[in-house]
Amino acid sequence: MTKAVSSPPGFWTKNQQKLAPWLFLAPGFLMFIIYVLVPIVQSIWISFHDWDGLGEKVWIGLGNYVELLDDDSFYTSLKNNVIWLVLYLLSIPAGLAVALFLNQTVTGIRLYKSLFFFPFVISQVVVGLMFTWFYAPDFGLFSKLIEWLTGEQVAVLADERFVTYGIIAAGLWPQTAYCMILYLTGLNNINPEQVEAARMDGAKGMKLLWFVILPQLAPATFIAMVVTVIGSLRSFDLVSIMTAGGPYGSSQVLSYFMYEQALSEYGFRMGYGAAIAVVLFLIMMVFITLFIVRMLSQERNA
Amino acid sequence: MFPTPIQKASPFVQTAYKIVLPLALVLWLLPLIGVAITSVRPASDLAAGNYFGIPSGFAGLENYTAVFRDSPIGLYILNSFKVTIPTVIGAVALSCLTGFALAVYRFKGNLLLFFMFVAGNFIPFQILMVPVRDMTLRAGLYDTTLGLVLFHVAFQTGFCTLFMRNFIKGLPFALIESARVEGVSEWRIFRYIVLPLMRPAIAALSVLVFTFVWNDYFWATVLVQGQHAMPVTAGLYSLNGQWVAAWHLVSAGSIVAALPPVAMFFLMQRHFIAGLTLGATKG
Repeated sequence: MTKAVSSPPGFWTKNQQKLAPWLFLAPGFLMFIIYVLVPIVQSIWISFHDWDGLGEKVWIGLGNYVELLDDDSFYTSLKNNVIWLVLYLLSIPAGLAVALFLNQTVTGIRLYKSLFFFPFVISQVVVGLMFTWFYAPDFGLFSKLIEWLTGEQVAVLADERFVTYGIIAAGLWPQTAYCMILYLTGLNNINPEQVEAARMDGAKGMKLLWFVILPQLAPATFIAMVVTVIGSLRSFDLVSIMTAGGPYGSSQVLSYFMYEQALSEYGFRMGYGAAIAVVLFLIMMVFITLFIVRMLSQERNA
Repeated sequence: MFPTPIQKASPFVQTAYKIVLPLALVLWLLPLIGVAITSVRPASDLAAGNYFGIPSGFAGLENYTAVFRDSPIGLYILNSFKVTIPTVIGAVALSCLTGFALAVYRFKGNLLLFFMFVAGNFIPFQILMVPVRDMTLRAGLYDTTLGLVLFHVAFQTGFCTLFMRNFIKGLPFALIESARVEGVSEWRIFRYIVLPLMRPAIAALSVLVFTFVWNDYFWATVLVQGQHAMPVTAGLYSLNGQWVAAWHLVSAGSIVAALPPVAMFFLMQRHFIAGLTLGATKG
């Protein structure tokens, strides 16, 4: 105790506040550099090479990218990614609808809410297996339903026309549950006075929802947008489980196409795979940048 | 409250709501209910074409015993725990530190670092796949649970840092300031003042990371090949290939694989939702 008073403050005492954040950051940041930042740079580097993962890398410049431009699978994947992105956004209004339906206080409603949320908690592998089975021709429940509605037998997952939509439907199930929970939390925190005031003024139904409720739900909508857009572009599990990109590559998406090229029985074309990954990365960076810019402006206002 | 409380509606609407609610739930969970029923269905039903009807008997015991006896699913589940639990501990511990650093100190590059963690959390896995697999191979960690753990810890730290940093920002800063005036060291401020207040955030992140990592399928296929280290998601998929048309076994296996995160969710529901809806209320 007396030592601190008598002797001049040491280096540590003087600089503690400056050094402390870096010491706290060091372990986490180091892991992040090793496993995330460096691999991104490496992937970009590898994408300029021809490499089977074992031998020497051969520099081919933009060769992989030029080949991509001539690859039909690439365009199929790109097209399917757009379909995923657009249709996946349906989970936002769907989640809002379910949340509005469940935002009541009746007995047991809490249990209902958690059970509605269930699909999000289980693995996409399980979701994929479930839906594959429901789509099974002849006996699957959905196949029966489709047959009953259209009078036609449709093998959804074996039909190039429908396969991507069939997989997206499976993905919408957990994603809607996710958006629902975001909106339920948002609805819980709505300013009741504003709602009552609007009701006094005679607003109700859709008008009230659109002009009073939705603006207040904007933060929830933003998060729902972020997770849905990212989720749609990341779609890998369901494609892999339900069709492995088939039939004839028609349900291919960039994430699975990359995996198939780089690491499957179709070959170990690491360079080509890396080039596909870079394209996907750039597409996602557009959205990530938009989100970050918005978060940054929130941060500045806070 | 919006929509208008059902108690204010006519008795007819109230009754209708009470009837529609369970119906909607059954419809919503139909795939899950179908799988649950099939998992206790006798194999003879499937042979007879009774896929979605009433089961002719209860074969739950046989099916679940068969799954554990005839397949390595027990081992897969164990592997999943071996991957998930260390990841939860590692990622939460690291992000307590990084979150604290980014929330409490003002220094050059603070926001830049923070948004780097946020962005890292959103990037596609495929951009990391080739180098991470190569690195894991070189380190001799390919096909081990440790290889998976290290990657998951690093990746989940991004999301966890976002969460922790925002949580600590919400704590009263005066607490830290007054401790500093008293001459308490930075480490002790973290350890004895901030960390005890972070319990709810730690709980929320633990359940979330548990679920994310348990349900991971992509890295389980990229970093693991053999049975001895395979987590249950990848294991279930390979079993699905062996159990062609044995839907009662596939279903039982699916239920087993889905159970731990579901149990986790039910036990820690409040924390789970608090974690998932972070930022959905203000902004």
